[in-house]
This record gives sequence, structure tokens and C-alpha cells, in this order.
Amino acid sequence: MTVAQGAVHLTDIVKRFSADGPTILENVSLSVQPGEFVSLVGASGCGKSTLLNIIAGLETTTTGQVELAGPPTLMFQEPALMPWLTAGRNIELALELTGVPRSQRKARAQELLELVHLERSYKQRPHELSGGMRQRVAIARALAQGRSVLLMDEPFAALDAITRDFLHEEITRIWQETGITIIFVTHNVREAVRLSQRVLLMSSRPGRIIREWEVGSEEPWRTDSTYSSYVSELAEEITTNLREEIVRHAV
Amino acid sequence: MPSDTGTSGLNPSDQAAARASVAPTDLKRLESGLDALETPRTEQRKFSAFLFTLLSPIIAIVAILLIWQVVIWLQWQPSYIIPSPSDVWTALGKQVEAEILWQATFNSISRAIKGFILALIIATPIGVALGLNRTLRSIFGPILTGLQQLPSVAWVPAAIIWFGLSDATIYTVVLLGAVPSIANGLISGIDQIPSIILRAGQVLGARGLDRVRHIVLPAAWPGYLAGLEQGWAFAWRSLMAAELIAVSPALGPGLGQMLDNGRSLGDMALIIGSIFMILAVGVLVERIVFAPLRRRTLMNRGLLR
Repeated sequence: MTVAQGAVHLTDIVKRFSADGPTILENVSLSVQPGEFVSLVGASGCGKSTLLNIIAGLETTTTGQVELAGPPTLMFQEPALMPWLTAGRNIELALELTGVPRSQRKARAQELLELVHLERSYKQRPHELSGGMRQRVAIARALAQGRSVLLMDEPFAALDAITRDFLHEEITRIWQETGITIIFVTHNVREAVRLSQRVLLMSSRPGRIIREWEVGSEEPWRTDSTYSSYVSELAEEITTNLREEIVRHAV
Repeated sequence: MPSDTGTSGLNPSDQAAARASVAPTDLKRLESGLDALETPRTEQRKFSAFLFTLLSPIIAIVAILLIWQVVIWLQWQPSYIIPSPSDVWTALGKQVEAEILWQATFNSISRAIKGFILALIIATPIGVALGLNRTLRSIFGPILTGLQQLPSVAWVPAAIIWFGLSDATIYTVVLLGAVPSIANGLISGIDQIPSIILRAGQVLGARGLDRVRHIVLPAAWPGYLAGLEQGWAFAWRSLMAAELIAVSPALGPGLGQMLDNGRSLGDMALIIGSIFMILAVGVLVERIVFAPLRRRTLMNRGLLR
């Protein structure tokens, strides 16, 4: 079966780390359309990071099928930049490993830095950048790979509130400009509602997708004053569901 | 307050209002302001400070010379037991006149460099293989560590029997001294790579040799460099031991041979002079090659205090 560029299809994914070990993921099925922004929300231990690693090809499945048109790229909570390379060189490394010829790398890296508003940071090293700037370089590096699917594993969880707020706008803008598919894992319900078109709630032990919500995100409406109360209400509703799921594990 | 991030001070409607009012160019300016506020400021190191670190060892040298001269003035021991600084200076001067000193220094340094480079070429693949492969490590790791413990001078008699009094003997001893140190340094450098860096490399699609070249070696560089430094010290020591024992006209002069010459002539001033030359080469290589490399490595990675 051929899968459209940017689409992700998961069918009945089951994951156990050992044959008689606990089931981490149980029959997870998910279809993501090209260019869609989907969030996975769940408490700790729901296997959301494992699921991302499976889609990224860093983990294998016990049973089940993963269908993608090409390999996706993955961003972590940490920027994971190479500390011995400048910001620009970090992006160029990604370009080189994707097979971009040497002559085009520098200009392309500069373009990508401009996209994340860091055009003057080409020569700066990771330790000279703030946490938010590093994470933006990591976004640029992920985009450098030219993949059609971007997986994000709690990418803003380690940032302060002001920086996170900026990065929310930044990632929305980049998503709109590039048309890339984004699967976003977070434990922050409000972040999920604010950013994505669809929010999936996962249960814990074993991890399953138990509910999903469509988020109305038509562009003009996003700037309307009624939008924020809509976001609040939806976040409230998802949080209630999430708490019910957590309470189920109480002893 | 609704269950937001828990740290945001704005209520939801304020957030929406703020977002609504921010045009794309403003976002860019806001971001640039935030970046400026959050970027750590770095200070340039003063040139005088640099000069001080470069020249500060001279203070110790002057102090040692002073104490030494005081001991001579006290006439505590005859000059064939403790020669004076001027005796040593004269002895070295005689070696210069006989056209031995610079030739010997040059020969020894060039042997050490050749041996070191050869050790580097041999040790690097060994270090990478043992650093990345647990099975290989458990099989060969203990042998490598054992070799590192063993003084490489112990190989001199065997090497002389195998290769005679030749360059091969000298290089065998140098390699057995330097290779284990370099390989072990690289292995510990690889062990210290944060796993997130390796995962990032995997996501970037670095595989096989690309992975070693672009991710593993540069990430392991601080440990590797420490191993190289130690490897150089071992190469230099082993070379001196080999030169001291394997003396032959066919090998030409070296600092070790000069030292042995002093011993056989009972010339204490020449012995001390040779020791100083050996010491001086060691200190200079550390200052000129390794100290700047180490400094640059730490600075590039923001590890310098």
C-alpha cells in the first residue's frame, strides 16, 4: 500500500519491551493526514514517547503496522545540538547527512536560520544561545532534513513560560509556512489545544488512544476574542477526561 | 486559574489579546529582544592574562635555579655529585660544539612524533571499535588496560632480540607505550557521550562511518584529547627508555643516547643537562600543542571556567 507524502498510518500497534513484560502500547491505531497538526496528550507512563520513537524508527513494534511515505524527523525536549558545532554548522550537518551538496549547504542553512529568526546566530555556539534560541536552532535543523513529517516529543517542556509562549507562535507560523505534518506529544493540555487541529487523549498502562477532539482552528477565528474562551473550555473538558483516567490508577 | 502551564502569569483572554495584537514583524522584534536579554554575555580574555599563563612556568624555573645555586654555594657535595648550573650549561655547550645536542634533540623529537602519529593511526580504530561494541570491549578491554599498566620499557629486551638495535625496536617500544593510552582515552570519551547526542545523530541519519566521523569522534573529543596527551607522554617516556638502552652508532644520536653517554663517562653535568633537555621538550610540547588544543576545546563547548 502506498502512503501519501506527509501521511502517517498506524494500525494496531502493540509494544512490549520484553515478551512477558507489561504492555506499553495496546492496539494503537492512528491516521494522520498530510499537513495535519495532531497532539498526543496523556499522563506519565502512557507510552506517548514510545509511540513517537516507533514512528521515528528508533524503536520496533511488537506487532502492528507503521506506514509512512518516508522517514520522519524527531525533536526532543532537549535541543540536542552538537556542542562542538556552531548553530549554522549544526544545520549544515543535517543537510550533509541528507545528501545536500556542499555548495548549497551554507545558503540553505542561512535561509533556515532566517526562518526561525536567528539569521545573526550562524556563528554562535550552542552554549552561547539561550534555551529558546537553541530549541529554534533544533527546529531549523529538523526542517533541514527536508522530511514531510515532524515528530515533537515535549519540545517546549523545559522552557520558561515567556519563551514557550513565543515558540508556540513560532511553531504555528512555521507549520503554516511549510505545510509539514506535525505529531506533537505533550502533557500540557492547553498547549495541545492551542497548537493543534486534533487532540488525542491516551490512557496509561497500557497506552491506548481513548478519545479525540477536533479543535476548530480556522485562521480568522483564531484572532477573535471568543477563541480564547473556546480554547479554555475545550482544555477544561480534556483535562477532566485526563483526570478521570489518572484517578482510575488510584489505590 | 485554569490548568495552564502553571507558570504563566497571564489569564487566557489576556494571552489571546496579546497574540491578536502581535503582527509578524513585531513577533520578530519581540523575539530578538528576548534573545538579547537571555543570551549570556561573554567577556574577552585579556592578552596580558594569556601572556601570564604562557610565561608563568618561568617563575618556577627561576626558583629552582636559585635553590640549586644556593646548594652549590653551600659546598655541600662535590661537583661530580651535584654539578653547578654553570657546569651543566658548559656541558651542554660542549655537546653543541660537537654538533650532537641539536642533532640528538631533533632525532628524538622526530622519532617521538613519527611514533606518536603511528600510535594514533593504530589506536583510533581500536578505540572506536571497543568504545562502540560491548562484546569487543569485554574481550579486548582488559588486555588493553593491562598493557597500559605495564611499563613499556619491559618490552625493550624482547624488542632487541626480535629486531636488533634498529629503529623497529625503538618504535615497537614507543607504540606499546602510546597505543593503549590513546585507545583507552578514546573509549572513555565515547562512554561519556550523552545518549541524547547519539539519538540526535540517529535521527539525523548518521550511520556507519558517517556516524563515527560526524558524531562519535567529535563528541568523544575531550576524552580522546586527554588520551592523546597521555599517549604523547607515554611515547616520549618510552622513547627515552628505549634510546637509553638501545645504543648503537647505526641509530644515530638521541637524547637518551646522550644521557647514556654521560653515564658511561661519569659526566654528571652531561647527565643533568640531558635530563633537562628531555624535560624541556616535554614541557614545550604540552605548552605549544596540547594546552592550546585543550583550551580551545573547552572554550568551544562552553566548559571553560
